[in-house]
Amino acid sequence: MDSLNSLIDGFGTALTPVNLLWAALGVLLGTAIGVLPGIGPAMAVALLLPVTYGLEPTGAFIMFAGIYYGAMFGGSTTSILLNTPGESAAVVAAMEGHPMAKAGRGPQALAAAAIGHFAGGMIGTVLLVVLAPTVASLAVDIGAPDYFAIMVLAFIAVTSVLGSSRIRGLASLLIGLTIGLVGLDQMTGQQRLTFGSLQLADGVDVVIVAVGLFAIGEALWVAAHLRRSTGEPIPVGRPWLGRDDLRRTWKSWLRGPVIGFPFGAIPAGGAEIPTFLSYVTEKRLSKHREEFGKGAIEGVAGPESAASASAAGTLVSMLTLGLPTTAVAAVMLAAFQQYGIQPGPLLFEREPELVWGLIASLFVGMVLLLALNLPLAPLWAKLLRIPRPYLYAGILFFAAVGAYAVGGEAADLVILLVIGLIGLGMRRYGLPVLPAVIGVILGPAAEQQLRRALQISDGSASGLVDTPFSVTVYGVVLLILAWPLVRKQVTRRMAARR
Amino acid sequence: MTTGTAGPTPGPKRAHWLRDHSELGVSVLLLVLGVLVLTDALTMSVDLTQRGPVGPRTVPLVVGGGLLVIAVLLAADVLRGGRGEAEGGEDIDLAEPADWRTVLLLAGVFLANAVLIGPFGFPVSGALLFWGSAWALGSRHYDRDPLIAAGLSLVTYFVFDSLLGVPLPGGPLMGVV
Repeated sequence: MDSLNSLIDGFGTALTPVNLLWAALGVLLGTAIGVLPGIGPAMAVALLLPVTYGLEPTGAFIMFAGIYYGAMFGGSTTSILLNTPGESAAVVAAMEGHPMAKAGRGPQALAAAAIGHFAGGMIGTVLLVVLAPTVASLAVDIGAPDYFAIMVLAFIAVTSVLGSSRIRGLASLLIGLTIGLVGLDQMTGQQRLTFGSLQLADGVDVVIVAVGLFAIGEALWVAAHLRRSTGEPIPVGRPWLGRDDLRRTWKSWLRGPVIGFPFGAIPAGGAEIPTFLSYVTEKRLSKHREEFGKGAIEGVAGPESAASASAAGTLVSMLTLGLPTTAVAAVMLAAFQQYGIQPGPLLFEREPELVWGLIASLFVGMVLLLALNLPLAPLWAKLLRIPRPYLYAGILFFAAVGAYAVGGEAADLVILLVIGLIGLGMRRYGLPVLPAVIGVILGPAAEQQLRRALQISDGSASGLVDTPFSVTVYGVVLLILAWPLVRKQVTRRMAARR
Repeated sequence: MTTGTAGPTPGPKRAHWLRDHSELGVSVLLLVLGVLVLTDALTMSVDLTQRGPVGPRTVPLVVGGGLLVIAVLLAADVLRGGRGEAEGGEDIDLAEPADWRTVLLLAGVFLANAVLIGPFGFPVSGALLFWGSAWALGSRHYDRDPLIAAGLSLVTYFVFDSLLGVPLPGGPLMGVV
């Protein structure tokens, strides 16, 4: 058991006092962010990217992972008590959790959600330990054409699977790729889209793009449509579960990860689809089907477990292939780039201490989160009372701090505002933000791999498809592209049969 | 810009049509961006710098071309009745008309911060940024807001400057202290 030994070493890294502190800080921040409306984990990690300038990578990633998992825990608290999901992953939790809270079963709903997250996260992380080294060793000798294929997959998946309109997804991706082009060409030093400006010759820093699109764009968009009356959360006591509830939920907790983990690993939009699938599954399997819609505890337990497991699945793709499947993973990838670390199959060989410390810290974080969320949920719910002007003013404030910290230049703040306004316009007209961020982060890397691959093959396009790995990936890309057509055929056939 | 008036507006039909199809503006912007990227790529001199079969122009040409194609496709989609779905959220009330005044105020406050951070230092400009933003967003606690703003700004300054080692300009105020 090679990975078991590595994991034990990882615990050695994760359990040092400093890293424990980062894990604790991460899960605290994550829970708060999950509870708070308006801030998602992607925005939070983006706002924290500047700490990468002062912090060593292991501590930073331990904190980021804590935020990711913590936000999942906290998001369901808002869903259940306020009926307005704190995260997109927690939408399903509101469907059964809120009726439960209204009926006075809030404590049970919170407990089912928290333990669900714990179970899903634990099972998901165990799967991560088992699978990630295998995937990494399978992919270990991939070269430039393969990396390029993976990036094409990320581009296509993020524009095709997410959102309702492919055209708008592609528009967003192209905006991102354009921003990524600004600056000096990495291979020749040629100026591109700089218009003679020295400021732009350095390119637009990924931190500024991520903070601008996620934080400024979101804050301005909310400001344009700020809800004047905020809902009152339902007061709730300490979460607990009776024996009857336990009997109903334990199977749901175990079923969730089966659905959540694989969906997290593929670029299919993160936790939204698996939580919904888990909900439907629980409804079908439940003995209390009549309770669904009125507060069935299985409908909280299963989807929440699936949500946390999908976060673990996301980490598999991000760490082993460098393929970001969610917004948080995309921003974490940007953090890797800040440190000059290339996530991918070699990461497990080159940075074993970082990777295994990170994975071990996930187990630590999960235990901390359970301890934080089970007894303290009523306390966290108090965060919902924060006056909205302070919340969004705070987001703008920290966005400015983060962007200024990048290079200590006031001009960066102006670029940040411009990108924020682009983010505002994208939200207004339904252009998804994630493709643009992926375009900025992966665009320059993809170009480099493409040119490297073509250099090796001396310009022949066959150099892009001369490995089994790249051919497989392009097969998947074709499958994703063809999917809407296939679906149309299938539904037509089914309609005809009826 | 949508002003969000419900029901048919009495004004000229053309203004109404434009308001309904304001998304065409996105299409125009994409078109302009595409032309910009293509022009930049085509005017690039690559005689000496190019190494390998794919030079620094290839990807910009593809991206610029893609922008033009997408601009046309988006326009076609909008004219056929397709609409981008405005993003929802927990603090977002899409039923209310958009409040662009607040957005402008916030953008102004943010720009003021960019201008003031140099001469006055972060503690002052940051506090003004927070207070100004909270004011723009509707907070009118004149006793409490400036105190929170000043406290947040000072604490952030010391945490970043001293603890994290990320320098922020102190300005004349910190010079005195």
